[in-house]
Amino acid sequence: MSNNVSRRTFIQGSATAGVVVSGAGAILANTEEAWALSTEVLSGDTALSILIMARTLYPHDFLGDQYYAEVVANLDEQAKTDSSLVEKLDNGVEELSKVIESDRTYNVPFKDQSSGLQLQNLKRIDGSDFFETVRGATLNGLYGNPRVAALFGWEGSSVEHGGYINRGFNDIGWLPKS
Amino acid sequence: MAKKFDLNDDSVVVIIGSGAGGGTLGNELAQKGVNVVCLEAGKKLSLDDIENDWGAMFGKLSWVDKRQGTGDLLAGLPLWVCKTVGGTTVHWAGASLRFKDHEFRARSQYGEIEGANLLDWPIDPNEMERFYSMAEDKMGTTGTHGIPRLPGNNNYQVMEYGAKALGYTDVHTGNMSINSQPRDGRPGCHQIGFCMAGCAIGAKWSTLYTEIPKAEATGRFELRSESMVLKINHNKEGKATGVVYVDADGNTHEQKARVVAIAGNSVETPRILLNSASNMFSDGMANSSGQVGKNFMRHMTGTVYGTMPGAVHFDRGTQMAGIVMDESGHDDSRGFAGGYYMQTLPGFGLGAIAGNIGNMSVDSPGKWGRNYTREVVENYKNMAGMWLVGEDMPQEKNGITLHSSEKDQYGLPIPVVHFEDHPNDVVMRNHAFKAGSSVYQAGGSKKQYQLPPFPSTHNLGTCRMSENARDGVCSSTGATHDISNLFISDGSSFTTGAAANPTLTIVALAIRQAENMSKLLSQNSI
Repeated sequence: MSNNVSRRTFIQGSATAGVVVSGAGAILANTEEAWALSTEVLSGDTALSILIMARTLYPHDFLGDQYYAEVVANLDEQAKTDSSLVEKLDNGVEELSKVIESDRTYNVPFKDQSSGLQLQNLKRIDGSDFFETVRGATLNGLYGNPRVAALFGWEGSSVEHGGYINRGFNDIGWLPKS
Repeated sequence: MAKKFDLNDDSVVVIIGSGAGGGTLGNELAQKGVNVVCLEAGKKLSLDDIENDWGAMFGKLSWVDKRQGTGDLLAGLPLWVCKTVGGTTVHWAGASLRFKDHEFRARSQYGEIEGANLLDWPIDPNEMERFYSMAEDKMGTTGTHGIPRLPGNNNYQVMEYGAKALGYTDVHTGNMSINSQPRDGRPGCHQIGFCMAGCAIGAKWSTLYTEIPKAEATGRFELRSESMVLKINHNKEGKATGVVYVDADGNTHEQKARVVAIAGNSVETPRILLNSASNMFSDGMANSSGQVGKNFMRHMTGTVYGTMPGAVHFDRGTQMAGIVMDESGHDDSRGFAGGYYMQTLPGFGLGAIAGNIGNMSVDSPGKWGRNYTREVVENYKNMAGMWLVGEDMPQEKNGITLHSSEKDQYGLPIPVVHFEDHPNDVVMRNHAFKAGSSVYQAGGSKKQYQLPPFPSTHNLGTCRMSENARDGVCSSTGATHDISNLFISDGSSFTTGAAANPTLTIVALAIRQAENMSKLLSQNSI
């Protein structure tokens, strides 16, 4: 565990661009979108794979990768006090890296697979403990993020604005007059 | 300065629970000159503690002591109730509907229904009129006593439009115990939303900031929060003599009592009686009928979300902002006994909608993936939502028992809560799902999602009132058939569930009980 916490891996590029790993531990950095994520416990490979998985589960074209990266950051935070989670995520990514064809099985790292193959592999493990762990973390971490939720029309706390009594609680315009 | 009573003061009425039943009974008794000690398991929050944040408030309000759910109930959180001063009146939506005459006479109106343990209430519905009126006045219920109804928000307008297009006529913004204008020292509703996370301005009636401070002001009422009741003691004559509880520091005390009234919601109330078993009462207190913990009801419920052709923003404003009442009568031709209501209800945030529709609705395009995010999540702002609530059948097999080996943090056996739908519940739910979806279709919705019950419903009937002692636990006044100074003071006492949200009836019965109890006390009958 202490070994895990101290190591750092550096990854540059985005989920879709190249990955550079140096050292141990991880920093995901996207220069185009100007964001970076550093993990303390999760390896660069696992972190990037989970990011891709989160995005494939709940894709939204108008959301940049940084919001999905926050899901990974939450899991990394949890993993600091739960070593079984690290193992679960590492094993899950390993399972996703299997390519199963009718006559043979071989390995391609999940992060390097085509999006079609990634989808197929996620369907294959749908419902597994690992899958549900990452799915739950994505639902909470993505849609529970107020900056994300606002983009979908969730307006959050209203009491400090005096509620909606003067802010559109009954502003519906498209209903035909009954 | 709130009164302090001595633990050995055996002249007090001890009330267990401070919600709709316990909080109301406590204030009514204190106003009539009776000394009351109210033991509440939860902490006392102030309005400053109430945030517009579902997750944070779930943590502050919920009863999360371990319970085991079996049957149709979710294992992890079989039901969602509150552990806080004010009980579920902090969390409730505010809907305050009277029961109908036929609902007080369920057995004689519906006839014999296989598998249903139906009884008529031992109360004349006409007698309830006066107590309902007093409860509505106390709670400031809209649409009664000249109090204007609340204005309808967007979610209500969508429901009203569709309902009227279908020919429903009894459609309005409800009878809500949420101030539509300032009343009783509390402000009018600001259309904040988040009603069920607690009303941050106190516009919604809750015993937390109405009954309890009023009771304390009499100098005859002591609230002891963070006091978890373990058992009720009795003497060799079989009369209740005191209540054993653990305080916030883990110290165990016994408060002596002249009368004990239990209002701990439909799991804890029977659980206390069962945990109070003794040599004299080997099956638990007040259980000569064997009905303690039986006949657990939680209403027929369900949820319909509709994707509308334009923005609704259903989180804005009162959550339970309106009602369709036309299906609430008893009409055999629909193929089920009893009736139901449609009530607006949004979805508790984007995260909850994004998870619940995929996880719970068979109409969903899966749980994840491109179709799911496009059709469900990206339509969040266009969604309208309603809750369906109707009468469910009491069944003896549904109820609360004590776990044979697993104990909670107090060393008490954890409660096992069993619930299965009766066939009547299923037929009614399917009818209601169809009606709810039709309402949204009439307003232009192309896609609806029907969701089965959430853990948060109404919990009723585990210590029910009955005319005959062999059929139930208490009489029409809530006094247990077996022990004259032991009372049931919450929704556990309901003989049947009716279709309506239960709080108004719990409050009305508590007012009635206080009248009766204070008379018995002054006559030295208890």
